[in-house]
Amino acid sequence: MKRANRDSAEANRMMSRRAMLLGSVQLGMVGLLGWRMHDMQVDQADDFRLLAEENRINLRLLPPTRGIVYDINGVALAENEQNYRIVLRREDAGDIDVVLARLARLMPIDPAVIERTREEALARPSFTPVTIMDRVSWEDISKVNVNAPALPGITAEVGLSRKYPLGSDTAHVVGYVGPVSDYDLGRIEDPDPVLLIPRFQIGKTGVEAKLEDLLRGSAGNQQVEVNNLGRVMRELDRQEGDAGADVQLTIDHKLQRYVEARMDGESASAVVIDLEDGGIRAIASAPSFDPNQFVRGISTANWRALNDDIYRPLASKAVQDAYPPGSTFKMVTLLAALENGDVDPEETVYCPGHTDVAGTRFHCWRSWGHGNINLHESLKQSCDCYYYDVSQRVGIDKIAEMARKLGLGTRHPVPMSAVSAGIAPDKEWKRQSRGEDWRIGDTVNASIGQGYVLASPLQLAVMTARLATGREIIPQLVHTINGVPQPTGLGESLGLNENMLRRVRQSMYDVVNHQRGTAYGKRFNADGVRMAGKTGTSQVRRITVEERAAGVTRNEDLPWRRRDHALWVNFAPFDNPRYAVAVVVEHGGGGSTAAAPIGRDITLQALFDGEPPLDVYPSGVRGEIAEQQERIRNMTADGVSPREPA
Amino acid sequence: MSYLEYNTRYVPTGLRKLLHVHWPIVLLLTAVAGYGFLMLYSVSGGRPGLWMEPQMERFALGMTMMIVFAMIPVWFYRNMAFVAYFIALALVVAVEFVGVTGGGAQRWIDLGFMRLQPSELMKIGVVVALAAYYDWLPQHKVSHPLWLVLPLLIIFVPTAFVVLQPDLGTAILLLAGGGAMMFFAGVHWAYFATVFSAAGGLVWAVMASRGTDWQILENYQYRRIDIFLDPASDPLDAGYNITQATIALGSGGWTGRGFMQGTQTRLDFLPEAHTDFIFTTLAEEFGFVGAFTLLILYALIIFFCVASALTNTNRFAALVTLGVAVTFFLYFAVNMSMVMGLAPVVGVPLPLVSYGGSAMLVLLIAFGLVQSAHVHKPR
Repeated sequence: MKRANRDSAEANRMMSRRAMLLGSVQLGMVGLLGWRMHDMQVDQADDFRLLAEENRINLRLLPPTRGIVYDINGVALAENEQNYRIVLRREDAGDIDVVLARLARLMPIDPAVIERTREEALARPSFTPVTIMDRVSWEDISKVNVNAPALPGITAEVGLSRKYPLGSDTAHVVGYVGPVSDYDLGRIEDPDPVLLIPRFQIGKTGVEAKLEDLLRGSAGNQQVEVNNLGRVMRELDRQEGDAGADVQLTIDHKLQRYVEARMDGESASAVVIDLEDGGIRAIASAPSFDPNQFVRGISTANWRALNDDIYRPLASKAVQDAYPPGSTFKMVTLLAALENGDVDPEETVYCPGHTDVAGTRFHCWRSWGHGNINLHESLKQSCDCYYYDVSQRVGIDKIAEMARKLGLGTRHPVPMSAVSAGIAPDKEWKRQSRGEDWRIGDTVNASIGQGYVLASPLQLAVMTARLATGREIIPQLVHTINGVPQPTGLGESLGLNENMLRRVRQSMYDVVNHQRGTAYGKRFNADGVRMAGKTGTSQVRRITVEERAAGVTRNEDLPWRRRDHALWVNFAPFDNPRYAVAVVVEHGGGGSTAAAPIGRDITLQALFDGEPPLDVYPSGVRGEIAEQQERIRNMTADGVSPREPA
Repeated sequence: MSYLEYNTRYVPTGLRKLLHVHWPIVLLLTAVAGYGFLMLYSVSGGRPGLWMEPQMERFALGMTMMIVFAMIPVWFYRNMAFVAYFIALALVVAVEFVGVTGGGAQRWIDLGFMRLQPSELMKIGVVVALAAYYDWLPQHKVSHPLWLVLPLLIIFVPTAFVVLQPDLGTAILLLAGGGAMMFFAGVHWAYFATVFSAAGGLVWAVMASRGTDWQILENYQYRRIDIFLDPASDPLDAGYNITQATIALGSGGWTGRGFMQGTQTRLDFLPEAHTDFIFTTLAEEFGFVGAFTLLILYALIIFFCVASALTNTNRFAALVTLGVAVTFFLYFAVNMSMVMGLAPVVGVPLPLVSYGGSAMLVLLIAFGLVQSAHVHKPR
């Protein structure tokens, strides 16, 4: 017992020592913990508090309402439509299979859609809405609302989507919107954050694309408190964005529709410029397409059909395609010669049906020739030899200079996609682009708008507008922005000799109104109001010597792709020009037969602001015109009601 | 052995025992638990029925059990030590077969009225068994290798089963707690030095061999070690909890964001806010002042236990008191280190504050033993 006592006393001393030792270690640990608390909570508190705020507060962008595009009368060409969709929230739905099955009993739903909805709903946090169906009819929305108690988690929601009330009639000029693609983002430097909103729509073509910055507006933002799953707990702050600007175009929707309808069945394009303000009243390409398809998401089959069509519905031919202007270019050659005094207007040139230049034979369209012909007659009858001769005297550089003065070979600042600059060739241009010297034959070709010369229908309309007014008309497409009038495109005087201009206009008048004019059959007379114009037929192929020997092949006998382009330019009224018009019918054959009638009808439609009376037409064609008017009336029957722009 | 073997002048009997209960410890335990109730109310978003009320009921039950256990003479526990140990061990083994899986590990046995975590019970079982063993073992044999076998078995057998569950936190607490007991008992320091240097050497060898020809572990195992040591290297998975926890803790500042105002907790950024990570909520809402206060309360409890043990000539009683104190210390030290990013995340609750029935009951019963040791201290 004694030993045990001594033993235990020793043991207790050791235990006390060790307990004190370990106690100190524990105290040290408590000190370390206390220091760490102080370090984190006092010294680093600000950093951590910032992190906590970042965790908690989420900035969300509120997409702005896109600006509306109006025509000059206040009719909406692009507007925002309320779009109903049916969405599913998993957390409210309970058993989503049951709920979806019930919905499928109410309305036909593709099983694939149900499967996709199921997968999407399960893949995302339970509170995020998943769209089951988009653009749902009001009837289906009512069904969902009436049966709401049986459809937990399924709600009808409303959003805005772009709509083009005139559909295909304004497809090329207004364009369309679509969801932002990676390609779009890659193209834009420093993209607006609003573009990163999923499925945010931006302009893809036409005015929608070119005036994107105006139409888009600026995003608002919403500060929300979120939890760890991203669910919004409450809204802390909200700043509404600015809606996009409303843009009013110079387009007249009625005329635009008429032009589109008049070109139905052709691969054609036309431009009407109002000479009072330089505004484009109509700019149309046929055939066209329904831009609303693209907003909804076009099916592969439809897309392929549009892409494979040889008439190229997607092409905005009026601005993006440049054609050899053919005889419509002759005014340029004439004015260049007259301005520079290289030709006397009364001087005649002998036309035997062809001209030999530097060992090459250039043919006139009339193979038996025009005989002795002066300036006036040469334009009226569209004699080619006269121009072959004159152009050699003037030289290409002066012709090109005049072409540029009249608006060819330059890109007009029209907010449409892929606006072509065309080509007004000169010596320098050929050296630069081809690395070859200019040859005299090139001048001869260019003098009648063949060879290297290329012009878009818009440029031809501008040329005609400048000829008609003598002013540097710059085509305008935007009339007002948010109600603020935009500058007109009347421009300064071109400084051309008014007498010379008058001569050329008179010749153009006779093209239509003189018996021997090439477009005599396409004349009209509305109480003395008449038009002046010029036909053009441009070759898309070379006529070989063998072909010529075998007799001139008729256009109608060629495959469509190899037929001539038909061109037409005009202005009216002759005395006090108001409208300048250009029409190109691709592979349409002769300008006077294929393009001029369209130009005439468009002009009349513009002058009368609607359907002209039959008696303005020559009596011979009235029956045919009556039928045509009836047909177009039916095509444009569905009315569009004007609205005042904001 | 009996009561008379002790050289005692005075031991209280009957109701007088109540006067000798260590009331400051009771007060401190109640204060810590009260802090816990407050936090559970806050974490539940003001729904007392969710966690706070069940916790209060268990605390009431636990306090009653503590007083009852305090009344029982401490030598009764010594005599029953191995019985208790084997019951606890049997339950730990049983949990392997009939346990309920929670959080990916088998930890519970459903008793109907509560879920029992035998591993919690085991911590006390090991302490009591080792205390009884070293009370019995003459001091001169303590450091003899032969007499080390049994205590090592007492520690390693339950530890092995706990690791299988897998419950790394409890395993660490068992090893550290058991080791501390052997240290108190007087096992020669050279053993501890050997174990520490061997462990250190092994860790060094494992880490140093990485990337060499004689690499000890597979690459994926090293990556697991990396993530274990530095959860921030895996910010989406393992690192998420600890990142959010440090943000909550740090954003508390001096005085915190106010009761029920912690955004990290309110908005569910904090994981396990009512159990292992409850300290972060406390620190976020009450700041450094609140968190440090809790640390002081814990330290005071340890201090009173050690003080009581140092004045106790009953070797078993002193060892049990020190063992419970060390276990208690390990709980909060590991938990706080973990949420403050000083230690890897292992599942250890904050004692008396985290929501959990077994841990609270077992801890209060353990303090019942401490109280018994104090009440029956030879005076």
